[in-house]
Amino acid sequence: MKTENKAVDIDRNRGDFAYPEVHIRDAGRGLSEKTIHYISDVKEDPDWVREFRLRGLKTFLEKPLPTHWASKDLEAIDFDKIRYYLAPGSGAKRSWEEVPEDIKRTFERLGIPEQERKFLAGVEAQFDSEAVYSNIKKAVGEQGVIFVGSTEGLKNHPEIFRKWFGKVIPIGDNKFSALNSAVFSGGSFIYVPPGVKVKHPLQAYFRINAESFGQFERTLIIADEGSEVTYMEGCTAPKFETVALHSAVVELVALKGAKLQYITVQNWSSNVFNLVTKRGLAHEDAEIKWIDCNIGSRLTMKYPGVVLKGRKARGEVLSIALANNGQHQDTGAKMIHAADETTSNIISKSISIGTGRATYRGLVHVPKHLKHCKNNTECDALLINSTSRTDTYPAITVRGTGNAVQHEASVSQVSSEQIFYMQQRGLTKAQAMSLSVNGFVNDLVRQFPMEYSVELKRLIELEMEGSVG
Amino acid sequence: MKSRSQSARIALYLKPLFMNELRVENLHVAIGDQQIVRGLSLAVPRGEVHAIMGPNGSGKSTLAKVMAGHPDYHVTKGKITMDGEDLLALEPDDRARKGLFLAFQYPSEIPGVTIANFLRAALAARLPEGEELEATDYYAKLYEKMELLGMDRSFTSRAVNEGFSGGEKKRTEILQLAMLEPKYGVLDETDSGLDIDALKTVAHGVNTLRGSNIGILLITHYQRILNYIVPDHVHVMVQGRIVRSGGKDLALELEERGYDWARAGADEPVLTR
Repeated sequence: MKTENKAVDIDRNRGDFAYPEVHIRDAGRGLSEKTIHYISDVKEDPDWVREFRLRGLKTFLEKPLPTHWASKDLEAIDFDKIRYYLAPGSGAKRSWEEVPEDIKRTFERLGIPEQERKFLAGVEAQFDSEAVYSNIKKAVGEQGVIFVGSTEGLKNHPEIFRKWFGKVIPIGDNKFSALNSAVFSGGSFIYVPPGVKVKHPLQAYFRINAESFGQFERTLIIADEGSEVTYMEGCTAPKFETVALHSAVVELVALKGAKLQYITVQNWSSNVFNLVTKRGLAHEDAEIKWIDCNIGSRLTMKYPGVVLKGRKARGEVLSIALANNGQHQDTGAKMIHAADETTSNIISKSISIGTGRATYRGLVHVPKHLKHCKNNTECDALLINSTSRTDTYPAITVRGTGNAVQHEASVSQVSSEQIFYMQQRGLTKAQAMSLSVNGFVNDLVRQFPMEYSVELKRLIELEMEGSVG
Repeated sequence: MKSRSQSARIALYLKPLFMNELRVENLHVAIGDQQIVRGLSLAVPRGEVHAIMGPNGSGKSTLAKVMAGHPDYHVTKGKITMDGEDLLALEPDDRARKGLFLAFQYPSEIPGVTIANFLRAALAARLPEGEELEATDYYAKLYEKMELLGMDRSFTSRAVNEGFSGGEKKRTEILQLAMLEPKYGVLDETDSGLDIDALKTVAHGVNTLRGSNIGILLITHYQRILNYIVPDHVHVMVQGRIVRSGGKDLALELEERGYDWARAGADEPVLTR
């Protein structure tokens, strides 16, 4: 006999709030050349950016939805109903005092603690599509680190920005990278000069706050030779009746010997389509590490990748996906080995609750002419209810001799015996479930910065609260 | 047939002399449509150690699980109360927080959850809302109890029961008993799989915890553990009910004469399966 763990509705009210906002600039609904010109005019784009956007639009319209391999649910997105650009009237703020009160309240609800702000070297918070608050601690600035919004980056630092922008992820990489290229606004631009080691993680909070408003931030991070930097990104979104679309593009470049770490904890409300393209380019002896946690959303498609371009480059993706009722987390990793002695590591853990579905897609490519390349892939899935689902699609092409690849996959279930055992120690069913799930991801979470592991633990608890009957 | 004096002695245990007792009355338990426990009565007052001995398949472990509220077993008749409160109406976690502890015969593994975190969560679940556990006090107590059980401190950072030897699992169960300080502890075959040194350590731990604040029900197949944890009363369980009860000497007598002798004492013919 077996205990049924019935899935019930989750209280998601925690992230479901919105304050009235005034948008002075609004591109309206739908997407056409007119929309692009409107955005370029408002943002006072240089000509090359306007052209880039137009090429993005053309490619976006030409490319079909990838439903031949991905979820048909993508067809539910009505691109004509989405507002592609919307900015609060205020420009970028330099000091906290200047940030409007209602925006501050939103940050409060997001739980960004005061002391954390002090701890962080710089905060770049995106509210809707423009950065409303950006402040870089003197120490970082003095080291020559540039940490600004992408709009400011392309205007004020074109010599660095233009060299790498759209190079790691070309416009036509996929339909959604093309869409982002057409309408991008917001996101961060970071440049770390040679040899500079940024002590504290740079952090940005993102948030969607307008109905039907797609958020298309664009982030470009360049770690110059021998430098080190960690970037952290976190998202929560208020819930709206209509479909929200989030489609970001993140490009990372680690030059010779640099170390770049990109950490994401996303907690989207369950109507958001989260279709993100993330890729890094690792030069000789450089290291790029993606830590990616996906909670919530209706459909997330995200496969952070590393192109290992230089000898001895290292790439790593550590990811956690949590799919609750009605949600589909379609996530994974891509490792493209393009030089000798390159190594990559993928560890993916997914949790499916209720009717939630977690899909792992992995691509590991090692061509024939390379020597001494290594890949390790581990993907573990945890199913909470009998209605939960998980799929694994690993695509591993390793050719040639002297290259090593290792792949392990597991699917497990929280057993009723385990829950009974924990209940016998005084934990409620929900506490037992959430402790089990936290245990399942524990070895990964331990590698996260402290404040993120705490936040993640809290998010998991919140998700598990309603998952037991 | 049971003698009159034996019946009277059994009846004595059933008398509600104490409010502070873990009490089972005429318990019938089925799993599926199979009756496992058939009319079992027992009372363990706080401050006493009772042993239940019985052969394999006598329903001992079922009794333990039913007391703790395992969802697979169905009580078809009878009562279980703890200090007068109906346990059967409570969820397993409520029973635990109210003071019932079961040391499992086969404890579950909880991958990725350390002993320290697990016990901390279990203790925190017993605190009133808004109150928090003092970390330094907690660790001081944890280390003290571990020392009592001859456990290395490095154990605290190992995941609960994951990759543990049989002996380590049993020690961990007793460590939890010591930390959670229940009113009643049911120890299900805690001696099985232990070598003599481990048995002595575990017994020492239990003996240290013994006292007026706790009632212990020791479930065992073998007499051996009773040399180290000397019970106040011994009950023999056969075919789902208690067939003999007595003092600590009953265990020795049983060891000598075997379960057939005990079975012969049952007041109804016993069906052999």
